[in-house]
Amino acid sequence: MAINKKIRILIAKPGLDGHDKGAKVVALALRDAGMEVIYSGLHQTLDQIIQSATQEAVDVIGLSIMSGAHLPICQKLKAMMQEKGLVHTKLTVGGVIPHQDIPKLQEIGVAAVFPGGTSFEDIIKGINSLFD
Amino acid sequence: MLDINDIISGDQNTGARMIRLIEDRDPSAHEVLKAIYPHSGRAFIIGITGSPGVGKSTLIDALIAEFRRLDKKIGIIAVDPSSPISGGAILGDRLRMQRHAADPNVFIRSMASRGQKGGLSRAAKDAVLVLDAMGYHIIIIETAGAGQTEVDVAGIAHSVGIVTIPGTGDGIQAIKAGILETGDVFILNKCDRPDADAAEFELNMMISMRPASPGSWKAVVVKTRALDGTGVKELAQVFLSHYAFLNQEGRLEKKKKEIELRYFQGLVTDLVLEKTMAALETSKAYREALQKIELNGTDPLSLAETVMGGITISNFNSP
Repeated sequence: MAINKKIRILIAKPGLDGHDKGAKVVALALRDAGMEVIYSGLHQTLDQIIQSATQEAVDVIGLSIMSGAHLPICQKLKAMMQEKGLVHTKLTVGGVIPHQDIPKLQEIGVAAVFPGGTSFEDIIKGINSLFD
Repeated sequence: MLDINDIISGDQNTGARMIRLIEDRDPSAHEVLKAIYPHSGRAFIIGITGSPGVGKSTLIDALIAEFRRLDKKIGIIAVDPSSPISGGAILGDRLRMQRHAADPNVFIRSMASRGQKGGLSRAAKDAVLVLDAMGYHIIIIETAGAGQTEVDVAGIAHSVGIVTIPGTGDGIQAIKAGILETGDVFILNKCDRPDADAAEFELNMMISMRPASPGSWKAVVVKTRALDGTGVKELAQVFLSHYAFLNQEGRLEKKKKEIELRYFQGLVTDLVLEKTMAALETSKAYREALQKIELNGTDPLSLAETVMGGITISNFNSP
């Protein structure tokens, strides 16, 4: 059988912020780049995100965060991923992310950061490059 | 290779990775499937199909809640179409069921059809096998709702629910081949809409015109409003009573044999196609035919005959 591998990505919005337009347009752009995008919607708890990523066997978790809580959320989620054995899954984050926080996120183990204003092209390239 | 015992013991991470290997057509999946096959066959498999927007995912969300109240472990395979242009997909069925995401006794898996017709990817059948072996009591398959071609869910489900809404057609839609024959349960969702009673009457009339042999299941119409759960308890009971019905007089065993036979035939067809094409594409006759098409000379029908005429199948023993 011919191997037919595609990048699967879970797009999730943790916490309380209610703006998902950005997450939705990114989801469409990723689909158009040939990826399978599982859109899990607003107000996701970290438990729900972990459970969804596990069951969906995704390659990437893409968080959209605009609340300013990206550092503690990513730190906690990364620890939970470790604990649940999601060792091959990459964590990425986009949204309202100040540039000075990017090194801190990388230190936590976030594989790619896409702050507001990143072009679709760069997001797609950034995700694809995680699997080169 | 994945540890089969981890799948059988219900480890979600291993089960999910197994389903991933299946849909990626990883060669190692085949051996694992063979090994877990004897551990499958215990689950009640429900297929839910219907046109886009009739509320399949929301209905399944409500059904999960109902079956969880009965302490059943539930597996969901939700199939959405892949884009024919990019090959990508937005898998949005999970969105409607996300309140169950943290329940360890519910396993929801979205799948893209990846170019397979009929809305039900071949991988979906194998994924059901994995969930079955993992010990889920009830497995619900939701198929990409393109309507009339979605009947192949009947090829793998024990009970088929067809979701429709009032005011969507002139009734003729419902008699088109396939849809009506394969339904065991007809779900009239969004039943608070006008014309619900007329639609129910019409559905019942269609069902009563189905050829029924003595001792066969009479399809049931259930009115629901998935958003607030109206009628969902009844719907769950109808599915369970259909299951009880199947469990009498060896009907379920017969159905399982039919499903197994179709599965076998599908596997053989896939293998034949794959092996024949692999051999054919490297053959001289095939390459010559491609050149002739390029040169605009011979018609494709004659070329196909010429290419296939060169194939002899020798290593089969007919009786």
